[in-house]
Amino acid sequence: MTTSELLLNGLAAFLTLCIFSFLYKDNPFYKFAERLVAGVSAGYWTMLLYHTSFHDKVIVPIFQQGYWWYIIPTILGIMMWTRFSKKWAWLSRISLAFYMGIATGTSIPVVMYAAIYKQLEGSMNQITTDATGINTLLMTIGLICAVSYFYFSKEHDGWFGGMSRVGIYTLMIGFGAGFGLTVMGRIALLIERIIFLRDYLLVLFGG
Amino acid sequence: MAFYDNMIDIDRRWIYLVLALAVMIPAIIPFTVPVAVTPEVNDIFQFVDTLEAGDYMFLGIDYDPSSMAELHPMCRAIMAHCFSKDINLIMCSLSQNGQGMAEQIIDEISARYNKKSGEDYCFLGYKPYFALVILTMGLNFRVTYPNDVYGVSLDEMPVMDGIRNYNDCAGVIGFESGNIADAWIAYANGRYDTPVALGVTGVMAANYYPYLQTGQLFGLMPGMKGAAEYETLFKQRLERLPEKDPSEDERMVARESMAYQTTSHIVILFFIIISNIGFFLSRKHEKKII
Amino acid sequence: MKRTLPLVIVFCSGILLIIQHFIPSEESEFLYTYALDWIITVGVYAIMLGIWSLIRVTVNKARRDPGERFYAITTLAGFSFMVLTGWRAESLHAGSIFMTAFNYILIPIQATIFSLLAFYVASASYRAFRARSALATVLLLTAFIVMLRLIPLGPISKANNWLVGWILMVPNLAASRAIILGVGLGMIATSMKIILGIERKYLGGD
Repeated sequence: MTTSELLLNGLAAFLTLCIFSFLYKDNPFYKFAERLVAGVSAGYWTMLLYHTSFHDKVIVPIFQQGYWWYIIPTILGIMMWTRFSKKWAWLSRISLAFYMGIATGTSIPVVMYAAIYKQLEGSMNQITTDATGINTLLMTIGLICAVSYFYFSKEHDGWFGGMSRVGIYTLMIGFGAGFGLTVMGRIALLIERIIFLRDYLLVLFGG
Repeated sequence: MAFYDNMIDIDRRWIYLVLALAVMIPAIIPFTVPVAVTPEVNDIFQFVDTLEAGDYMFLGIDYDPSSMAELHPMCRAIMAHCFSKDINLIMCSLSQNGQGMAEQIIDEISARYNKKSGEDYCFLGYKPYFALVILTMGLNFRVTYPNDVYGVSLDEMPVMDGIRNYNDCAGVIGFESGNIADAWIAYANGRYDTPVALGVTGVMAANYYPYLQTGQLFGLMPGMKGAAEYETLFKQRLERLPEKDPSEDERMVARESMAYQTTSHIVILFFIIISNIGFFLSRKHEKKII
Repeated sequence: MKRTLPLVIVFCSGILLIIQHFIPSEESEFLYTYALDWIITVGVYAIMLGIWSLIRVTVNKARRDPGERFYAITTLAGFSFMVLTGWRAESLHAGSIFMTAFNYILIPIQATIFSLLAFYVASASYRAFRARSALATVLLLTAFIVMLRLIPLGPISKANNWLVGWILMVPNLAASRAIILGVGLGMIATSMKIILGIERKYLGGD
C-alpha cells in the first residue's frame, strides 16, 4: 500500500469510526460525517447526471448532431423548473403528465403479466401424490388462505375466518423467514466494515 | 429484581458490545465454515458455466455502498467467472451510486484477466429512471446509451458489433438492493422474455422465491450466503482447471465472511433464547402470584 | 386548462402506450422508442430540481440556525468539492480525485451508516422475539430455523438446510405470492386511476 493509499484508507477508517460512535450516543463526529456524505452524495449525483444524461441526451443530440427534435423533451424538462414560480407552476404539470402517462401506460401490461398472470399460472400446477405434489397442494392452500386474509369485504368468521386464520399463520412463516434472512443481511454490512478496519490495522502495524 | 427479570431487560449497549466482540472473533482467530450450495445458486453457476467463449452476458450492477457487503462479492465472482471463460460482458448501473461500485469491480477484474473496454466488455454506466431504461435497452442499447461510460460510441466498439438488445445476450444477471429487481423481472423478462437471474440482499431474498418457481428467474443468490455459495462453486471450478487461473489465489470475501456470520448468529440466537427463558419464568411467577 | 390539459395528456399517453404493447408495429415501436427516450431526458431536469432543493434547504438552515451552521457548511463543502472535481468527463474514470472522494468518503460513510442496523436488528431480535402467542411462536421458530442455517452443527445442519429450503419454497412462497398479487393488483388499479383522471394528487394544488 502506498503512502497516499494509506492516508486515504486512514480517512475512510476515521469516517467509519465517526459513524460507529453513534452507537454510544449522538455526537458532533457522527453529525459531521453524516452531513458530509449528504453533500458528497448530492455532488456525485449532480456530476454523474451531467456526464451520463444531460451531456448524452441534451448537449450531444441538439448541439453536436443537430437533432432539433430533442428540444421538445428539453423544453418539457425546463418546464419542471416553473414549480418555483407561483404564477407559472401549472406548466410543470404538463411535463409531469407526460411522465405519469408514459410510466403508467408502460407498467400496466407488464405488471399484469409478471405479477398477476405468471404468478397465478405458477399456482395452478398439477397435484400429484409424490412430495412435489404435496408441496404444491400445501403452497396452493397457503396462498388461497393468505389472500383470503387480505379480503376485507367479508367478515372473518365461520369457515372464512378459519381460512384467514390459516392465512395469517402462512404469512407469519413468510415474515419469519424474511426476518431470518434480514438478520444475515444486516450482519453482513457490519462484517464488511470490521474486515475493512482489520485489514487497515494489519497494514498499519505490519501484521 | 429477580434474575429472570434481568434476563428480559438487558441494556441495549451490552447487546451491542457482545455482538461487536462476537464479530471480532474471526478477525482475530480466523477459521472457515462449510458452505452448502443451494439449487438456486447452482442454477446461475451452471448457466454461466455452460456458455461458450465469445457469448454475451448482461450484468446489471444496481446497488449502492449500503449493500456492497453482500453484492460486491457475488458481482466480483460472476464477473471473474465470465472473464475466465472469455464471455463478453455488457454492463449497466441503474442506481446512482452503482456506477462507482461497478467501476471498482470492473477495474479490478478486467486488470486481473487483461480484458479491454470496447473489445471484451462494454460498460454503459448510469441512466436515471430504471424501468424506462430497462425497457429501452430491450429495443436497442443505443437508444438510451449512444455511448459507453467513457464516451466511446457503441457503434465504434468491436464488442458491440452486431449486438442490438437483450436477444443478443444469453441472459441478464442483476445485482440488486431495491425495487430495480422487480423491474428486471417485469420488464426484461416479462416484456422481452429475457432469461433473468438476480443476486439480492438478504433483506429482499424471501420475496423473490415465487419468481424462481414460475421460471421468471432462472436463479437467485440470496445475500452473503448466496455469494459464498457462488464463490465455493467458482473455487471448485478453478481447482479442476488444468492451467492456473488468475483468480486462483484471490481472496473469496463472502466465504471468509461466513465465519463472522456464524459467531454473530450464535450471539443473536443466544440472546433470543435468554429473552424467552426469562419471559417464561417471569410469566410462571406471575401466575403463581395470581 | 391548467388542470384539464395535464389530465388529457396523461390519458392519451397512457392509453397509447397500453395499445402499443398489444399492437407491436414499426410505427408503434418508433413512438415507443421516442416516448421512453424523451421521458428519461425530461426526468433528468426533475432530478436536478431535487438536488437544487437540497442545496436551498441547506443554505437556509445555515442562515437561520447558528448551531447547524458548521454542519450545513460541511454539506455545501462536500457538494462543491464534488462538483468542482467532477467537471471534466475524465472525472468518472477510476483514479480521478472525484472517484477517490467517492471511494474513500462516500463508500465508508454510507456502508457504515447501514452497518449500524446490525446492532439494532440484534437488539430488536432480543426484545421482540418472544413466544407471547401462537402466532408470535410461529414467527420466532421460523426465524430461528432460518438463522440456525448459518451455524455449522454437523448432521443437524443437513436436515436444517433441507427444512429452510422447504420453508422458503413452500409456505414462504405462498405468503410472498399473496403479497405480490396484492401489490400487483394495487399497482394496476392505481395506474388505471391515474390514466382515467380519478387520482390527481400528483398534480398538486392549484
